[in-house]
Amino acid sequence: MPERSDVNFHFCMNKVNHRHSILTFKSILLAFLLTLSTSIFAQDETVEANAGDGDPVKGKSLFNANCAACHKLNKKMTGPALANVEARLAEEQGLDREWLDAWIRNSAGLIATGDAYANQIYNEYNQAAMTAFPQLSDQDISDILAYTAAPPPAPPIAATDATAAQSEGTSGISNNLILGALVLVLGLLIYALFTVTRLLKRVAEANGVEAEMPKSMPLWKAFVKNEFLMLVSAIFLLLAAGYFGYGYLMQVGVDQGYEPVQPIHYSHKIHAGDNKIECKYCHSSARVSKHSGIPSLNVCMNCHKNIAEYAGEEDLENGYTQEFYTNEIKKLYKAVGWDEENQRYTGETQPVEWVRIHNLPDFVYFNHSQHVEVAGVECQTCHGPVEEMEIMYQYSPLTMGWCINCHRETDVNLKDNEYYAKIHEELSKKYGVEKLTAAQMGGLECGKCHY
Amino acid sequence: MASNKKYWKNVEELDANNPVVETLRQNEFVEEIPVDDFLGDKETLEDSSTTRRDFLKYVGFSTAAATLAACEGPVNKSIPYVVQPTEIIPGVPNYYATAIADGYDFANILIKTREGRPIKVENNTDAKHNNHANARVHASVLSMYDNTRVQGPKTVGEYISWDRLDREVGTKLTALQSAGKEVVLLTQTFASPTTSKLISAFKQQYSNVRHVVYDAISCSAALDAFEAKYGTRGMADYDFAKAELIVSIGADFLADWQGGGFDGSYAKGRIPKGEHGHAKMSRHIQFESNMTLSGANADKRISLTPSQQKVALATLYGELNGTSIAGSLPENVKAAIKDAAKEIKKAGSKAVVVTGVNDVDAQSLVLEVNEKLASEAFITDMPILTRQGSDKAIKQFLSDIASGKVGGVIMAGVNPGYTLPNATEFVEKLAGLDLSVAFTMKEDETALASQYIAATPHYLESWGDVEMKKGMYSLVQPTIRPLFDTRQFQDALLKWMGNDSSYYEYLKENWESSILNGEKWVKAAQDGFFYGEGSTAATTPEAAPAEDVVEEETATTDEAPASDASSAAQKLARASSSGIELTLYPKIGMGDGQQSSNPWLQEFPDPISRITWDNYLTVSEADAKEWGLYLDRSNFFVTRRNSADGGLNGKYATITVNGTSVTAPVIVQPGQAQGTVGLSFGYGKKAGMKAVMQTGVNAYPLYKDFNDVHTVDIAEASDVHEFAAIQLQNTLMGRGDIVKETTLEIFNTRKRNQYGDFVFNEKPHVSKDHEMISASSPEADLWDSFDRSIGHHFNLSIDLNACTGCGACVIACHAENNVPVVGKEEIRKSRDMHWLRIDRYYSSEATFGQDDQFKDEISGLTGETGSLQGFGRLEDSAANPQVVFQPIMCQHCNHAPCETVCPVAATSHGRQGQNHMAYNRCVGTRYCANNCPYKVRRFNWFLYNNNDEFDYNMNNDLGRMVLNPDVVVRSRGVMEKCSMCIQKTQRTILDAKREGRPVKDGEFQTACSEACGSGAMVFGDINDSESEITKLKDDDRAYHLLEHVGTQPNVVYQVKVRNTKEA
Repeated sequence: MPERSDVNFHFCMNKVNHRHSILTFKSILLAFLLTLSTSIFAQDETVEANAGDGDPVKGKSLFNANCAACHKLNKKMTGPALANVEARLAEEQGLDREWLDAWIRNSAGLIATGDAYANQIYNEYNQAAMTAFPQLSDQDISDILAYTAAPPPAPPIAATDATAAQSEGTSGISNNLILGALVLVLGLLIYALFTVTRLLKRVAEANGVEAEMPKSMPLWKAFVKNEFLMLVSAIFLLLAAGYFGYGYLMQVGVDQGYEPVQPIHYSHKIHAGDNKIECKYCHSSARVSKHSGIPSLNVCMNCHKNIAEYAGEEDLENGYTQEFYTNEIKKLYKAVGWDEENQRYTGETQPVEWVRIHNLPDFVYFNHSQHVEVAGVECQTCHGPVEEMEIMYQYSPLTMGWCINCHRETDVNLKDNEYYAKIHEELSKKYGVEKLTAAQMGGLECGKCHY
Repeated sequence: MASNKKYWKNVEELDANNPVVETLRQNEFVEEIPVDDFLGDKETLEDSSTTRRDFLKYVGFSTAAATLAACEGPVNKSIPYVVQPTEIIPGVPNYYATAIADGYDFANILIKTREGRPIKVENNTDAKHNNHANARVHASVLSMYDNTRVQGPKTVGEYISWDRLDREVGTKLTALQSAGKEVVLLTQTFASPTTSKLISAFKQQYSNVRHVVYDAISCSAALDAFEAKYGTRGMADYDFAKAELIVSIGADFLADWQGGGFDGSYAKGRIPKGEHGHAKMSRHIQFESNMTLSGANADKRISLTPSQQKVALATLYGELNGTSIAGSLPENVKAAIKDAAKEIKKAGSKAVVVTGVNDVDAQSLVLEVNEKLASEAFITDMPILTRQGSDKAIKQFLSDIASGKVGGVIMAGVNPGYTLPNATEFVEKLAGLDLSVAFTMKEDETALASQYIAATPHYLESWGDVEMKKGMYSLVQPTIRPLFDTRQFQDALLKWMGNDSSYYEYLKENWESSILNGEKWVKAAQDGFFYGEGSTAATTPEAAPAEDVVEEETATTDEAPASDASSAAQKLARASSSGIELTLYPKIGMGDGQQSSNPWLQEFPDPISRITWDNYLTVSEADAKEWGLYLDRSNFFVTRRNSADGGLNGKYATITVNGTSVTAPVIVQPGQAQGTVGLSFGYGKKAGMKAVMQTGVNAYPLYKDFNDVHTVDIAEASDVHEFAAIQLQNTLMGRGDIVKETTLEIFNTRKRNQYGDFVFNEKPHVSKDHEMISASSPEADLWDSFDRSIGHHFNLSIDLNACTGCGACVIACHAENNVPVVGKEEIRKSRDMHWLRIDRYYSSEATFGQDDQFKDEISGLTGETGSLQGFGRLEDSAANPQVVFQPIMCQHCNHAPCETVCPVAATSHGRQGQNHMAYNRCVGTRYCANNCPYKVRRFNWFLYNNNDEFDYNMNNDLGRMVLNPDVVVRSRGVMEKCSMCIQKTQRTILDAKREGRPVKDGEFQTACSEACGSGAMVFGDINDSESEITKLKDDDRAYHLLEHVGTQPNVVYQVKVRNTKEA
């Protein structure tokens, strides 16, 4: 429906505009941050230097390879947060490096010995046994600990607020100044014009010249009197009305570009684009069913059990910061009832009410598996560059003409399909073609889609 | 042409002078359409304050407003599962094997579920010895989505918690036990080994409990006879496929006789098979008083009164045994019995005799006869266990409740407040008891009189097991979570016994210990059945109590069953009756009436009378005239409104049995034995139902002594009843050859006519350039042929021999295709929406031989054998007509007349042979329906969903859950019709494509062919040369309807062959 898409467009546009000002502000903020961060990194290095004999750079790669699946530095996951773990253990529990080595290399063994803290940790984390890492050398462990000892950079946002505001102020002033000057100049020009005419009039009066204005017909009256012009413009107007009227009516019910606001800001760009997740991993029923299916939340949790924060690229222009995305992940947790703190499901769920984007009328039967699985059509053929869509929208018009065109142009995918063997051979002989289109196969018959 | 018989749909048609028939032949409606009534006449129009200009203004404004409003599309929400069950994929159906056992219908079935909703019943073809699902079973899925169901436990009209009910019932049970008062479990026949075990355990805990099994329509006589002879309380099973001769005396075995389900094996034997010229099929002789489905399918039908049936059975026994039995019978019946006896003797073990006479003597006599014949069709080692009730036990229970011996009643699956002959008395007594609990899905008559209503789940929400035939165990498993706060009877018993396990655990434990014999439970649950060898579970120990308590009964000598067969025969032969005899029977669509609030079943046309939404008193034409019940139809259309139904209205009659009167509308039934009337059970139910469903009259008050035959008084009552019949709506327009039939004799001679066609299946020929050419040849065709030899080409074959008219396909079609229910008023206006109807034609005389003989004997113009009177008599055949059933749906003509007249090309043809209908393209001109020679197109006169005027299942959210999501729900103003289940063929093709394989024969199915348990309907691809349908299409018997019209249909019919040859 045009109204609907219009409204939505406007809405989005509004939103974008609104964000725009914040974003310029934020981009400036970023610039400040960048300058600041150099000093922070400098600080880091000093800390690292104090961390002991481990190499935090090597430690980081080791950590990512072995530990990151279950541990984060500053946050509980499947296992505890590991920032400064060595120091903390020593301070709080009085446990030394030896204990840590034993735990890392064979936690189950340590638990079996009845070690009090080992058992406490084991029970605290839902009795999830930690993988044993006997292959890690002492040096490796030192490296990892050195990495964990380095406190992760925390952006000092509060400190930069004031400067940011300031910087925005300056740019605003300069723009206004230019504008004000322009207005002033214009005003001056107008004033000058008026004074000139008044002066001239006075001069004329003084000289006794009667300024006689010719009694000319107004332009519109002349236009009305000219029958030829009237006729041409009437025809033109009618044609234009017809053209635009037809165009308007033809897009009634066509929701191309429909881009509703969803309850969770789900970015296909991040999932399908940046992370290259196969479409049918989530929309698995497209393989066997007429519905592509909106994935149930448990499918999301396959990955998001471990991905609680967004750490990828930001789109500051639109306000899509890491924090923004992380908040969206929190919405998922709330819906699925995931208690992040304790890493378990609470059982309190709240199904997500997505707004359906692709609405085929009831009298059309469309089957995803026929197209995706049998014909091997790429999802993008109909749904567009989904991997680039930050917000999902309807790419194709989904009109019958659009369906039919594709059926006329697309060859039937015969590859290794015994079903088509006989019928294709006979039909292609009949039509005298090498490859049959879907239409020649019977894909234009009314009853194939309408029943 | 096979025969020159005259086919007629209604007795009216036989009267050539009837103006109605003539008008119908010429016009669509007999009366002029009362246009003025709804447009108003000139005067009122002029008085109106609304001028034409105003009117146009309003129209213009509202059109513009509606157009603008329509531009705004709705925002649709799409809500996925939080955690998706692994077995559910949206859009893909799941099938579960389960079984129905509602006390009346028993069958192994498959349930199709979509997104967790059961939407359709299908046959479990893997289960051998299975009854196929009948119309009621197919409709049962809709009964679950009935919004008049009880939604939780109740007492005195208030919803309560199960805890409270448990507590209060428990207290009362203990109190009754200590007071020494009896508690009776009054239940349906469960035929469930686990329930039997559970009830025994319950009785052990509560020593004062007695279990009484109650069948609303009793089979007690057959059970008693079988039990006396074979020791098991069951009924003999029959495999009619193995019989070459079937003699039935009053047994409607194609309907619900002794639990029903015999039509599958019967139909197998009815298809002529064997070498060319030596084809064989079974022969069926039926003696009966009502025109039943079995009588309609019989080769020879003799109508006689119920008391004559007893004598006839005794005489038959005498003939077979060589003993003479004294008994008076009309000459023609006597002769028929003699002939039958001769044929039976000749057929020997290939013959089988069955009877529906509700008398222990008669039933034992039949067992005796079949035993002596060593009939191959007669099975006693696997008796049917689906009826267990004992009249004696029920009578005992009723007298105990009257005498105050019984202190409490717990009822499950029964509705005695409706089905007992003395229901009002029972309801009064029930109210006075210390404890009364009704396990029920409805607030029915019994529930309303009980202290506690224990809401039970539908069988599709329950666990259970059933032993339909001995050793054949089936599992009942839930296919959806209970929709309401309900609990099974069995779960409640466990709870009241203090057992904390669920019935599911109890059932599984029992199966694993005493039924499965080492097999896997999961496998049994997947199959839905288990054929136990060495299973120890017993289903039938409950017959015993009847014996415990009969001592009080004063058995007169005449009522006691005879000691041996010949004395039984002698006793039967003494039967006589002086008055009009009424036979009560269950109707195909309604059975015992427990599904009477199911709109599909209410709108299901009776196979014989074609009447919907009603039951009625069937009377023969002669009797009706004599008793003043015959409605003179000449003035029909001036006196009644909207009588486009061909005048199927009827007078009312009051029927009185021993002082109990019932007033029912009368219908003249061809074939009804003179001196008898028939009335069906299952109607006239009032409690717990929507007003629109409260149809018909209740026949149970006349079911005195649980005897289905009574001598009655009949008196005319005032007023005229309006029936809604799918009858005479469309006339044959003189195209009588729509049915082709022949006799086995002619079929086997294989003579050909001058065109080379078999004489029993002559094809029409037309003259072109003074040469006769086949009407279906390309030269005679208006249209160019289209090459359909590539890809699939679907055909449907319908064997008129195998079709018994049971109607399972009609309901299956409703369920599959979202066919709306339109209600009685609309049916009366010929606006029924059935995509598939089963036409029933009557035809004259008993045999062709008799016809011919009679014709030959005609001499002269007047007088006794004169042609004037003679031919009249040939046509005056309402007394005992032959019957043909012909299922008709869209014929999917390759040269379809409907397609050429559609102005918007909404209906078009596919390469696969289907005639497509694009509903969204249709603008509702109805040209197609007018141009269809088969009258199979249906127009949506109204919006039938979400419309309070049509308050059936599509008007509430619960009822709409049964809709098939793959088929669109049609809107107002569009034409619709059978699509040859294109959604199913497309699905089969897609499955094959996805798996990359060709489609196998038998994979293609339509809803009707899938539901057809008699094998009459076969569907498939005729481009697959190996397929069954290809063979059937080219069969000698194959013909198309109205072949001379040249429509080239894709539905093929097989000529009906009657085995009229006397042995």
